[in-house]
Amino acid sequence: MQDASGAVVAFEHVTKRYPGSDAPAVDNLTLTVPAGEICVLVGPSGCGKTTSMKMVNRLIEPTGGRITIGGEDIMSLPAVELRRRIGYVIQQVGLFPHLTIGENTAVVPKLLRWKADRTRKRTDELLDIVGLDPARYRDRYPNELSGGERQRVGVARALAADPPVMLMDEPFGAVDPIRRDGLQNEFLRLQSRVRKTIIFVTHDVDEAIKMGDRIAILQRGGILAQYDTPAAILANPASEFVERFVGADRGLKRLSMGRVRDLDHIEPVIVRSGEDRAEIRKRLDRSDELTFALLVDDDNRPLGWIDQHDLRGDGPIDPGAATPGAPTVEPESTLRDALSAMLGSSVQLGVVVDERGRVAGLVSVDAIGERLRAPVRGVDGELHEVGEADATS
Amino acid sequence: MEFLGEVVAWFANPETWSGRNGIPIRLWEHVSLAAAALAVGTLIALPLGMLIGHTGRGALAVVSIANIGRAIPSLGWFGIVFVPALNLGLGLGFWPSVIALVPLAVPPIVTNTYTGLREVDRDLVEAARGMGMREWQILRRLEIPVALPVILAGIRTSAVQVVATATLAAVIAGGTLGQLILVGINIGDEVQVFGAALLVALLAIVTELSFAAIQRAATSPGLRDRGSAAELSV
Repeated sequence: MQDASGAVVAFEHVTKRYPGSDAPAVDNLTLTVPAGEICVLVGPSGCGKTTSMKMVNRLIEPTGGRITIGGEDIMSLPAVELRRRIGYVIQQVGLFPHLTIGENTAVVPKLLRWKADRTRKRTDELLDIVGLDPARYRDRYPNELSGGERQRVGVARALAADPPVMLMDEPFGAVDPIRRDGLQNEFLRLQSRVRKTIIFVTHDVDEAIKMGDRIAILQRGGILAQYDTPAAILANPASEFVERFVGADRGLKRLSMGRVRDLDHIEPVIVRSGEDRAEIRKRLDRSDELTFALLVDDDNRPLGWIDQHDLRGDGPIDPGAATPGAPTVEPESTLRDALSAMLGSSVQLGVVVDERGRVAGLVSVDAIGERLRAPVRGVDGELHEVGEADATS
Repeated sequence: MEFLGEVVAWFANPETWSGRNGIPIRLWEHVSLAAAALAVGTLIALPLGMLIGHTGRGALAVVSIANIGRAIPSLGWFGIVFVPALNLGLGLGFWPSVIALVPLAVPPIVTNTYTGLREVDRDLVEAARGMGMREWQILRRLEIPVALPVILAGIRTSAVQVVATATLAAVIAGGTLGQLILVGINIGDEVQVFGAALLVALLAIVTELSFAAIQRAATSPGLRDRGSAAELSV
């Protein structure tokens, strides 16, 4: 893992009271976001998540406590200078309609008075990073782009001056659900390269689980209900509120968090067209886990299962006898998707394939069950048994 | 038809185009008076409209005061400046006429500037502020460019009104094409009255078209409606 270019963001007893309101919007919030991690602030409306985020770049001034970035109090800088060091992405993206994509990306560099050629180089680089060909997009206007493309430009703009910290206010809220998933994945890949410290606000607990290295669940009145890794929150909700908030399907949600690459792979018995049946039988007998061999083509792509029945007798196997439809999963697939694919197939094994569709191993339904019972690492770095601190126990 | 023939003959007559009462001089007076009134009006109205548009404060007061300019008939303003101009020894003519036209020039510009700025999406303003723009940078780099088509539409309305109304300057010795109309009425020359009025109308149309062209040229391509193109996704 690359070094984080982000900085630690710490809330210390931060409180926000609006004039004329008795109850605070944010109440004594203390939490630390390590450098290079995504911290998702999530909760129902009125929980103060957006207020908390906006206090970091002082769009809202705290009334108590302090916030530091890299150990430095945010009040020690003029607000505009602070904001130029913090990337900002909002739900409606907020691209300036009268400026081209290149000019939009260059807003902060321009505020920082970068030289023209440095700015141009940086904007081209950024468009490239977010997957938009600079030559094609640089001179277009926001109204010529799709919602997803605009969203990427919004991210590029926030990254322009290479800020250590980024604030993202429901950044994928305006994108349709189908494209949202793709953009989230893309953003996570991008984040694994840039390693910014990100404060991410959403009301969607599934998005929080997917995007967060850690999640701060807030409840009405700006009270921090739980601050932990997504896995730890799902395994051990700290209160009834948290348990209700994450939903009754938290077992399935935990499946959504795990990836196929985290499972122990089983070595498949690989068979190619024309191989000798007796030889294959021998290899299958040596495996204690498998009763099926996997038929592959010349490029090692799975074609179907060969069972004991197909292997009776002598001579080369008949490729036509294979049971087609071996479910393929990718290392990045969630356990939930993998399980779903495997349950739908007669052989409850998933074939893990690489990006070119070549066989990399097998995973079983049992392995997924084991994974759910394994201890979960919390924000404290310790492993906790599942259900250990369950609010209901 | 006979009348139209006479109008054509009037335009064809070299005398119509020469001397103190010739079209070129009166047209020049008309255009320079209208331009001066529009310039002064814009200088007053733009900053005012931007201030209330950006801050959102004092809008009711400013727009109300500006609208008094519309409530008083145009001719009334010439009457209002007439007495003090004489009493203060300023004389009549160009500057009193400019002053009489300014109250007419201001309201459309103030109103459109204010409306244009207020219509800029609050999310954009918040994004700008969140990226570290100062208030005047938000105004200059975001609000004004985005509101520009609306602001220019206000200036355009104002310009057409001022061009049409500058005709009245003749009553306080401001000259203009109105002078030709006034003389025509006095000597009972309907042809000249009609010909001069036609010129005023033409000038107003040219003004309208020129400002429309400026408005189009000054509008960022990103702000033009691209119809369904924006909805297509890649």
